[in-house]
Amino acid sequence: MSEAVSAVITSAPYLLEGMGVTLALVAISLLIGFLCGIALTLGQVYGPRFVKRLVDIYVWFFRGLPNIVLLFLFYFALFPMTGFDVPAFAVAVVVLGLRSAAYQSQIFRGAIESIADGQMLAARSLGMTRWQSIRTVILPQALRLSLPGWANEYPVLLTDSAVAYVIGVAELLTRTAQVISKTGEPMVLYLTCAVIFILLNYGGMMLIQRVEKKVRIPGFGNNEVTDT
Amino acid sequence: MDAATNLTTNATALSGITDFLSETWAHILAEIPFWQDILLPALWDGLIVTLQLVALTAPFGFLLGLLVAVARVYGVRPVRWAAQLYVIFFRGCPLLLLLFILYFGLPSVGIVLGSFLSALIGFILCNSAYNSEYLRGALQSVKGGQMTAAQALGMTKLQAVRYIVIPQALRKALPGVSNEFIYLIKYSSLAYVVTVIELTGAAKIIASKYFAYFEAFAAVGVFYLVIVTIATLSINRLEKKYAIPGTGAGKGT
Repeated sequence: MSEAVSAVITSAPYLLEGMGVTLALVAISLLIGFLCGIALTLGQVYGPRFVKRLVDIYVWFFRGLPNIVLLFLFYFALFPMTGFDVPAFAVAVVVLGLRSAAYQSQIFRGAIESIADGQMLAARSLGMTRWQSIRTVILPQALRLSLPGWANEYPVLLTDSAVAYVIGVAELLTRTAQVISKTGEPMVLYLTCAVIFILLNYGGMMLIQRVEKKVRIPGFGNNEVTDT
Repeated sequence: MDAATNLTTNATALSGITDFLSETWAHILAEIPFWQDILLPALWDGLIVTLQLVALTAPFGFLLGLLVAVARVYGVRPVRWAAQLYVIFFRGCPLLLLLFILYFGLPSVGIVLGSFLSALIGFILCNSAYNSEYLRGALQSVKGGQMTAAQALGMTKLQAVRYIVIPQALRKALPGVSNEFIYLIKYSSLAYVVTVIELTGAAKIIASKYFAYFEAFAAVGVFYLVIVTIATLSINRLEKKYAIPGTGAGKGT
C-alpha cells in the first residue's frame, strides 16, 4: 500500500501536467466548437437551401461517427494526405472541436427557433437589415437561452478528451498509463486518474452554473433548450 | 487559326483524358480484391461483435439504470446516497479509463474478466448511469397527486410506483434513453482499446497491416453511419408511437 502511495506522490507533477493538457484540449475544442457551431447554425437557419443541406450533411457526419474513428481517420489518413506533419494534439483539438461544433449547432438552432418570429419582424420593421437583426436581436437572446444545453458540452468533451489517448496525446489518461507501465500499481493510479477527472467534471459544472445564474434572462425561469 | 495544330492539341488533350481514365479504372480494378477478400470480410466479422456488444449492453444498461433511478427517487437516505455516488462516478469517469480499470486494473487485485466481458461490463455501468438520469427526471416529473391517488385507492407504495408512476415515466424518458442507445453504438468502438476486435478494431488491424489507413477508416466510417442512421430512423418512429399525446414528448430534454 505504501508503495502505491509513493507511486502516486512521485508521479503527481507529471500527472498534473497531464491534467493541464486535458484542460487545454477541452478549452480549445470548446472554443472551436462554439465558433464553428454558431456559423453552422446561422447557415442552417438563415442560409439558402444548399447551405442548409451542407450543414445537415456536416452534422449527420460528425454525429454519426465514433470519436475514435474520427481521430483515426484524421490522424492516420486525412492529415497525412495534406503532407504536413501535424502533431497529435492539434489533430485531437481539430477533431474534438469540429465534432463539438456539430452538437453545439443543434443546441443553438433549438434556441434560435424558440425565439418568436415577431422579434425578427419587429427588428426589420425598425429598419434593421437581416444581419443586424440576427446579430443584435436574435443571437443575444438565443445564446443566453442555450446556455443550459450548452453547459452539457463541457462534461461531454472532458470525458471524450480521454479518447485522444489512442493517437498518443500526452493528456491525463495517457500519462497515467505511462506511469503504470513503469511503476506498476495500476489500480491505485487509475483510480487517482478517475478522481481527478470527476473533480474536474464537477468543479467545471459548478463554475458554469454560476455563470448561468448571472446571465439568465430575467423572468424566463429555467427554460431549457437542449439538442434534439 | 491553324486548324491542324488546333486539332492535334485537341487530340493530345483527349488522349490525356482517356489515359487518365483508363489508369484510374485500372487502379480501381486492382483495388477490388483487397476490398472483396480482405477489408470487407474483416469488417463484417467486426460488425457482428459490435452488434453483440450493443445488443447485450442495452437491456442490462436500461434495467440497471431504472433500478438506480428508483433508488435515487424512492430509496431511504443511505440508498439514495449510494445511488448518487454511483451516478457521479460512472458519469464523471471517462469510459476509456473505466475500461482500463476493468481490464488492466482488476487483474492486479485478482479479478480477471477477459477483454469482451470487461468491455461489456464497462458499457453497462456507463450506459446505466446515464439512463438513470433520464429515468430519474421522468420519475420526478410524474405529478405527486398520482402517487397520492394510487395510495388512496389502497395500493402500497411499491405497487403505486410499479403500476402508476413507472409506466408514465418510461414514456417520458424514451427520448433520452433512445439517444443514449445511439451513443452506445458509437462508444462501443472503445472496446477496441481493450483488444476486442469489433468494427473499429478490425479496421485498425487491416489499416496497419496493409498500410491502407484511408480505405479502412473510410469504410468503417460508412459502416457506422449506416448503423447509426438506421437506428436513429427506427427510434424516431418508436418515439412518435409512444409519445404521450398532447405532452409534446419526442423532444429530447
